[in-house]
Amino acid sequence: MGNFDKKLERFWEVFIEHGGYVKVLTGLQNTVWIAVAGLAIGILIGTLIAIIRVAPKSGVLSRALDGLCVFYVGLFRGTPIVVQLLVAYYVMLPLIGVNIPALQVCVIVFGLNSGAYVSEIMRGGILSVDPGQMEAGRALGLNYRVTMLKIVVPQAVKNIVPTLGNEFITLIKETSVVSFVGAADLYVAFNYIGSNNYEFMVPYLIMALIYIALVAIAALIIRQLERSLRKSDRRH
Amino acid sequence: MIDVINLNKTYGKLDVLKGITTSIRQGEKIAIIGPSGSGKSTFLRCLNRMEEPTGGSIVFDGRDITDPKADIDEHRRQMGMVFQHFNLFNNKTVLENIMLAPVYLGLRDLRRLRRRNRLIRLRNLFGGGKLPLHPIDTSAARIKAEARENALRLLKRIGLEDKADAYPSTLSGGQKQRIAIVRALAMNPKVLLFDEPTSALDPEMVGEVLDLIRQLADEGMTMVIVTHEMGFAREVATRVLFMDGGQILEDDAPERIFSDPRHPRTREFLSKVL
Repeated sequence: MGNFDKKLERFWEVFIEHGGYVKVLTGLQNTVWIAVAGLAIGILIGTLIAIIRVAPKSGVLSRALDGLCVFYVGLFRGTPIVVQLLVAYYVMLPLIGVNIPALQVCVIVFGLNSGAYVSEIMRGGILSVDPGQMEAGRALGLNYRVTMLKIVVPQAVKNIVPTLGNEFITLIKETSVVSFVGAADLYVAFNYIGSNNYEFMVPYLIMALIYIALVAIAALIIRQLERSLRKSDRRH
Repeated sequence: MIDVINLNKTYGKLDVLKGITTSIRQGEKIAIIGPSGSGKSTFLRCLNRMEEPTGGSIVFDGRDITDPKADIDEHRRQMGMVFQHFNLFNNKTVLENIMLAPVYLGLRDLRRLRRRNRLIRLRNLFGGGKLPLHPIDTSAARIKAEARENALRLLKRIGLEDKADAYPSTLSGGQKQRIAIVRALAMNPKVLLFDEPTSALDPEMVGEVLDLIRQLADEGMTMVIVTHEMGFAREVATRVLFMDGGQILEDDAPERIFSDPRHPRTREFLSKVL
């Protein structure tokens, strides 16, 4: 293990003396930011799509919107996230002619991507709520939108928290590809440390441990959230 | 109060309601009886358009509510509905269940009035006119306080004020159904529609729910009840409709229907259930 000690020493040297820790902290911050902001955008988009998709299709407009949502979900589930990042950064941005920092592009793309997945999770959640809840709201004279937002969606969200947690964990891990468009995440930081003296074993090992810790923390938060949402439920 | 004219409802090729015509007058308590699949629940649910009729019309207080332009939400506020499976909002406490619709609608009306007044002020400012403002004699806090007070009063009436902050999942079926009834009452409806209100209850809880409905009937509430409780129908109803095959076969006072039914189908049905 003498060899490993030496590797550890070298890592420590780069980590502290060459400012590696600054990169790691920035990378950690970016990784968490992309996952959290991506999920937040995903939940917003996903809820909107889910509501459009479960709404009764009466007119031309609602059918057209439904078709649009199906297309959107198909598009973002049908291509790898790396491809979406590359297309957004190297195709869409130059075409539109705007300049957005890579990190923000990542947040947007992860949000759009997550929206497609969350929409299906949310749709399942809404369909799992007893139709009697919608009927009761409508019978009291509340309109579809209000009943949906005040009664059905909150119950749907409670039902899908574990699945949403899964999506969050997936997002955290998927952020490890953002270096494709030049965003500085955990991988970039540890790759920098390793490249400093071509010693990759310790940096990558620690990177793996940090991901595990991140996911463990996320799982803990999800469990707490689940517990606090269960207060109207008899299953404790 | 409600005139039903040649009401039809079809699901694909299946005719569930075949030309129902009847009228419901203020203060009447109408029991609808009949075998399952006779269309009685569908008929009731057409009255507030929980089911969309495919033909005919329903005139409620002089307005045709089957008109696509009619504001159905406005009409539903005047027609309370009680369901077989209670349908209390699971994510709300008992008190919130009762307060939700009155508070939401009160606040919405307040917002609308304020918006209208702003427009009038703007017009007065630029047009030099002196149009009167809509009087506003309430506030958001007052609407909530009044709804709360009313909800607590209703809960007290059914002896469940200690359950105000409980969630529906902790209540018995009988408690849930009584709360569902006062939730409908909190809107001050002109008529109450009951869709088999005791069919999902354990036998020992049927009594408490029927007692509450009986009280409301005695106070003069207009009601339409789809029920399998023949004894209750006989005792409380002022009129009984016997339905079979999507039609009203017999429409008479309860004494007549139960002791001297005219139609052979009514006789056959009653001989099975009584």
